[in-house]
Amino acid sequence: MAVLELKKISKHFGAIEAVKDVSFALEAGEVIGLMGDNGAGKSTLVKMIAGNFRPNSGTMQMDGREIVLHKPVEAREHGIEIVHQDLALCNNLTAAANLFLGRELKTGFGPFKVLDYAGMYARAAEIFVELKSETRPRDLVKKMSGGQRQAVAIARTRLSNAKIVLMDEPTAAISVRQVAEVLNLIRRLRDQGITVVLISHRMPDVFAVADRVIVMRRGTKVADKAIAKSSPEEVTGLITGAIETV
Amino acid sequence: MTTTLDSTIAKKQETFLSHLLGNQAFWVFIAIIVASLFLSQATDAYATTKNLYNISRNFTFVAIIALGMTIVIITGGIDLSVGSVLCLCSMVLGVVMHAGYSIEAGIAASIATALIVGAFNGILIAYIGLPPFVVTLGMLSIARSLAMVASGNTVVFEFGPDHDKLLSLGGGAWFYGIANPVLYMVVLALLTGFVLKWTKFGRHIFAIGGNEHAAILTGVPVRRIKVAVYMISAMSAGIAGIVQTGWLGAITTNIGTGKELDVIAAAVIGGAALAGGIGTAIGAVVGAALIEVIRNSLGLLGINAFWQGCVIGGAILVAVLFDRIANYRRAD
Ligand SMILES: Nc1ncnc2c1ncn2[C@@H]1O[C@H](COP(=O)(O)OP(=O)(O)OP(=O)(O)O)[C@@H](O)[C@H]1O
Ligand SMILES: [Mg+2]
Repeated sequence: MAVLELKKISKHFGAIEAVKDVSFALEAGEVIGLMGDNGAGKSTLVKMIAGNFRPNSGTMQMDGREIVLHKPVEAREHGIEIVHQDLALCNNLTAAANLFLGRELKTGFGPFKVLDYAGMYARAAEIFVELKSETRPRDLVKKMSGGQRQAVAIARTRLSNAKIVLMDEPTAAISVRQVAEVLNLIRRLRDQGITVVLISHRMPDVFAVADRVIVMRRGTKVADKAIAKSSPEEVTGLITGAIETV
Repeated sequence: MTTTLDSTIAKKQETFLSHLLGNQAFWVFIAIIVASLFLSQATDAYATTKNLYNISRNFTFVAIIALGMTIVIITGGIDLSVGSVLCLCSMVLGVVMHAGYSIEAGIAASIATALIVGAFNGILIAYIGLPPFVVTLGMLSIARSLAMVASGNTVVFEFGPDHDKLLSLGGGAWFYGIANPVLYMVVLALLTGFVLKWTKFGRHIFAIGGNEHAAILTGVPVRRIKVAVYMISAMSAGIAGIVQTGWLGAITTNIGTGKELDVIAAAVIGGAALAGGIGTAIGAVVGAALIEVIRNSLGLLGINAFWQGCVIGGAILVAVLFDRIANYRRAD
């Protein structure tokens, strides 16, 4: 059974139809490349799955049961994690504070609970080691490199036992070495049975890790195909519209 | 490989000393100490118990409101209505007590007024999306007008059966001769500092000021927090109004006029960044203290009071330059 199934999901912003009647199913341990031109509706689509936007119509099912997500916390409770395209980081906070933003650890007893600084620093350090990223939990994000910021955003998805990880252009601003690291991470997630949706404009990345590619054009899904049965040329054609649909 | 990575990750970026030296409130504190040492040499009147008592009491009203203002400023907002809200809350307290109700009833009515005003500001800002500057500018006008309506634009100086209780609340000094308002300020400052540093609510206040969009995306209840923040700001003005009424023993409808500027100045001098994301409780207190020390010392040194504005204005400019200078040095 599919981990997540979308049925005829649509979202419009005023007159703009950002996503139109998109349906697909995600299986456990699958890596899906989600591709499309700028403005095709990729970010809007994953934001609906992550609870940031409510669809105007259509339904979502997890493990066969319908879910309605009103806010990001509810998506996380269902095991859905997201790395946002603009990373969604607060420059004035530390790496650890950003990592735990919205789900801070607390310590103390009864009603007297305070933020657990030590616990959050320790857990953050563990995750950065796991990601092989030289990111210090106590550093302010303001002072970090692009790669470190990306690491903080990705580290968020490792806080809980996610079932689905949505990555909106996680490799947009980082070095070749770090791209390889992110792709390795995606493979490790897949090996743990986690489903990964990778949004990327970089054809080589998608073809390196994805099992399947979904192509969107102007809000609609125009292709959904096994990577092995496709080619970069075909996907490019689908993105630009040179190939109508497959 | 992992050991070196582990140790890099464990490294602390800042030592305690570098943290202190980069802290604006610390330098303001040093400035107060230096000024005090100088003044105690230069004039006999400064380092007297009475003068220090007066200084410490006088700045508490601005400091208490600056605590609330700092929280608003950290979220990237501003509250221009605090001076008028102080007046309105004082008036509500005065009118209720004058009508023969107890001090408890007066304070409850006063705080309730503050919370309603704050919620009104907050809802317009957070849910309707109006700019804080405009909303609170409107409230600056509305609250003062309501205070005039409530009192019939008269002076209230008769506070009914609990008259004496009110006066001792604000004018007394029951703890080792420290003026009561100072005690309230210390308690409120500790509370504010605790909330900002140790609670989820405090953490989210900083997150909103740092990147509101990111806070929304990660599921921080941004709107609710913004409403709460304006309620806190109005409540701090209300508390200052209550205490100040007890101290002055009379309320006029022009009380607190222009106070919002002193309060914002105190917060900014103490290190709060108007762009949001930065500010401390201790900064609000030392900022307010510095302003009062400047006022007091100019008087004692026999310098014309017309110069006050220049010195306080200069302090504000130095405060905002501080950040630039600190960053410039680091970039070198
Ligand atoms: N919050 C919003 N309000 C109004 N319109 C929006 C909003 N978010 C997205 N849109 C519009 O929806 C459409 C799809 O945008 P979306 O961000 O999903 O594209 P994308 O495929 O992620 O593009 P890119 O590759 O550039 O990231 C665009 O026309 C965009 O302008
Ligand atoms: Mg996008």
